[in-house]
Amino acid sequence: MDNQFLTWGKRLLWLNMLFSFLFLYIPIVILVAFSFNDSRLGARWEGFTLKWYVEMFSSDAVLSALSNSLIVAFTATTIATILGTMTAVAMERFRFPFRKTFDGILYLPVIIPDIVMGVSLLAFFSLLTSIVNGALGLSGNDSIRPGLVTVIIAHISFIISFVTIVVRTSLKDFDKSLEEAAQDLGADEWTTFRRITLPLIAPGILGGALLGFTLSLDDYVITAFTTGPGGTTLPIEVFGRIRRAISPEINAISTLMLMMSMMLIIISQVVQRRSAKM
Amino acid sequence: MRSRQKAYLAVLLSPGALWLLFFFITPSLLIVVYSLLERKDGGGVIWSFTLDAYIKLFTPNEGTFINDFLIIFLRSFWWATLTTVICLLVGYPLAFYIARQKPSVASTLLFLVMIPFWTNFLVRTYAWKFILNNNGLINTILQAFDFAPWSLINTPTAVLIGMVYGSLPFMVLPLYASIEKFDFSLVEAGQDLGATYWQVFTRIFLPLTLPGIAAGSILVFIPTVGQYVVPTILGGGKVAMLGNILAQQYGSALNWPFGSAIAVVFMVLLMGGIIIYFRIEQEQEI
Amino acid sequence: MTVGVELRDVTKRFDDFVAVDNVSLQVMDGEFFSLLGPSGCGKTTNLRMVAGFELPTKGEIYLKGKPVGQLPPFKRNVNTVFQNYALFPHLTVAENVGFGLELKKLPKPEIEKRVVEALEMVRLPNVGKRKPQQLSGGQRQRVALARAIINRPEVLLLDEPLGALDLKLRRAMQLELKEIQQQLGMTFIFVTHDQEEALTMSDRIAVMNLGHVLQVGTPKEIYARPNSRFVADFIGETNFLPCKIVKSPAAGMAEVNLGGEFNLQAACEVEVHVGQEVTLAIRPEKINLHSLQESLIDDAVLTGTIMEIVYLGTDTRYTVWIMDNISLEVRQQNVVDTDDMGHFQRGEEVKISWLSNSGRVLIN
Repeated sequence: MDNQFLTWGKRLLWLNMLFSFLFLYIPIVILVAFSFNDSRLGARWEGFTLKWYVEMFSSDAVLSALSNSLIVAFTATTIATILGTMTAVAMERFRFPFRKTFDGILYLPVIIPDIVMGVSLLAFFSLLTSIVNGALGLSGNDSIRPGLVTVIIAHISFIISFVTIVVRTSLKDFDKSLEEAAQDLGADEWTTFRRITLPLIAPGILGGALLGFTLSLDDYVITAFTTGPGGTTLPIEVFGRIRRAISPEINAISTLMLMMSMMLIIISQVVQRRSAKM
Repeated sequence: MRSRQKAYLAVLLSPGALWLLFFFITPSLLIVVYSLLERKDGGGVIWSFTLDAYIKLFTPNEGTFINDFLIIFLRSFWWATLTTVICLLVGYPLAFYIARQKPSVASTLLFLVMIPFWTNFLVRTYAWKFILNNNGLINTILQAFDFAPWSLINTPTAVLIGMVYGSLPFMVLPLYASIEKFDFSLVEAGQDLGATYWQVFTRIFLPLTLPGIAAGSILVFIPTVGQYVVPTILGGGKVAMLGNILAQQYGSALNWPFGSAIAVVFMVLLMGGIIIYFRIEQEQEI
Repeated sequence: MTVGVELRDVTKRFDDFVAVDNVSLQVMDGEFFSLLGPSGCGKTTNLRMVAGFELPTKGEIYLKGKPVGQLPPFKRNVNTVFQNYALFPHLTVAENVGFGLELKKLPKPEIEKRVVEALEMVRLPNVGKRKPQQLSGGQRQRVALARAIINRPEVLLLDEPLGALDLKLRRAMQLELKEIQQQLGMTFIFVTHDQEEALTMSDRIAVMNLGHVLQVGTPKEIYARPNSRFVADFIGETNFLPCKIVKSPAAGMAEVNLGGEFNLQAACEVEVHVGQEVTLAIRPEKINLHSLQESLIDDAVLTGTIMEIVYLGTDTRYTVWIMDNISLEVRQQNVVDTDDMGHFQRGEEVKISWLSNSGRVLIN
């Protein structure tokens, strides 16, 4: 009886696995397949075409949204990675007053639902711009308004935490005596960091940066609340189109975004393998 | 500490700390302040103190003890709970299955879980709209066989499917991490001492993988309770959650103090829950 | 001989815990000096303070007469061989070894030449291009040593460097380390919890416990003339017998009473008075075992019953019960191996004896 129980258990586990993966992948596969469907309306298969891709790449709105997304992701990730790495080193290598409190604060942007962060930044930026505009006597078209810059600032604010968490993990795994050995051999703090710590936690930093980059490309909610004229990113553009209707063009843009995610996954896997080898 | 070390620490810590202070803590506190101010037509606030926003939020409809906003609060927490439970019921056996495979198979399966994890959330939600829409895939197929159309989009079911779909990888990954660490000789030890399969599971396996369950549940519950994208796209605004009314108060309704009050109450509930959770966890560790 | 390293009244406190308590030590130039003690005795903390990884809470550390206690590690001409070797995994062996010289901005050819020399010194030529992960434990150990000695430090600090090696390799490395030290004439401070290792290698040993230095001396002094019960117990095996002083010491010998009619002479280098409760310490291998009929020339003689016999290869250990709760461990070398484990039997009544000055009076 026991053996029967085990066999059935194994079968159920296998079935659960199969259905889970079907559930996870069927929608994505359908999405990609119908981006090649030669029909503007609905989900009836009418034959293969690439015209939605041609249309996508000739749409100014899509292209400018794509470039905005990349600008935001690159800028925000770069700045957040530098700040996050510095913060991580400070947290892992030093004891200082209010360290515990700051530790808690660092986790908040990860925990807080994006919608709350979005509205609070909206309120903050509107107050900030009105103060700045008032001080500089700007009004109308000259006034400073939210846009790409505020989006970048907002993205940095939540990416910092993710980068810090990832880098701290690799610093925790890091054998502290390596840093002591470097100092023992005559390296000061900065040389030790540059020659020993940085190369060894580089995979962690890169991992954190890739996560940040993905989150930035992915984000709709926080961007929607902090953007303004000229600050339309790809998710903003796509969301607007989805609300109107489903269309093969959206499938094509979605496939493009899927490809970008895929590239990032592959890069992150390669980075992980490399660091595992070391 | 040597003074040069203090200088080194200051250089490392201050940029990140100042950034978060200015662009995260200040905006969060600003929301608390806004929730206590008067509404200004056309968005923004009038700088005079009032509790109107909270009174509005907690005043029940006549003849009842609840109002529309509180119903949405309850619904959001209830749906997030449902989503978490479904993800746990599907994700736990999935993580277990993956953890029991040979390393090469396990890493491939894990990779397959990672792909949706890294894939754009909006795209994944849209995929379901494409399937469930009135002129979407399911209805196109039904139509082709002359069946009556099935109205799935803009229903609670559609929203739940979307949320489970979006959250499942967030549940599986931490679960896998804790199951993988589990020492399976403990199962044999338990059986050796006379425990049945069920007892081994409830008395040994479950307690030792609890950290993974907790981490996965938090990762699923919190983003779900504040969902905006899924109820908007798959619920069509007909099935509102907290995220929708927050966006509405800051958007079309232009009642910032009221929106802020909703956000403050929401955060107090969430943070309260998290603090209670960590208290319990700490007590258990001792 | 000049003083290489000196610790003067050094105390190190971590929050409430006192790791090193008011320690003063002098290590001579060119000496192989060991810090020996159980884990948590403060020996590693002492070493880390000399290296500069920890700052003394009180007191001062002198290197060749210059105070260095507050200097960061990279400003002290001291190098360390770490317990886990701490080789940089992203650099090759040659880059690891040359790291210190490179930081001193020495010209490249010079660095290369000295790296080759250092690797030859530790008998590891031809591994320069490999990564540390590709080496065995013993080889990593040698690389760590080469990386430290190449800088020609005034003192080389070694933190249990042989701890991770297996016994055979460890014995070989002990001799090799000692040889390298003598060749270079460099001061070594060696931290270990292994008394045998300390005895084998050191010129002098400092035995530490609970943050204090209990005794400093040559291996022979420490073994033969321990000044406290802890030292006698930690280094080698010792029998401890409770006893009472009967006659005040004269010429380094005192008479003690073990209870009943057992009165003995024993070496005594401490201040005691008649009637004081003390401990008599005697090493198992200093005790001789005889049949009852034998007539003896030793001065200290007791009779007892053999309770247990354990064959240990090089020697045999007997447990002999004397009276009440007093029994002694006795080790007899197996000069001739007989099938019946020597000619003594369990339960046999025997005489045991030792030279009076082998027994030592220690204060409780």
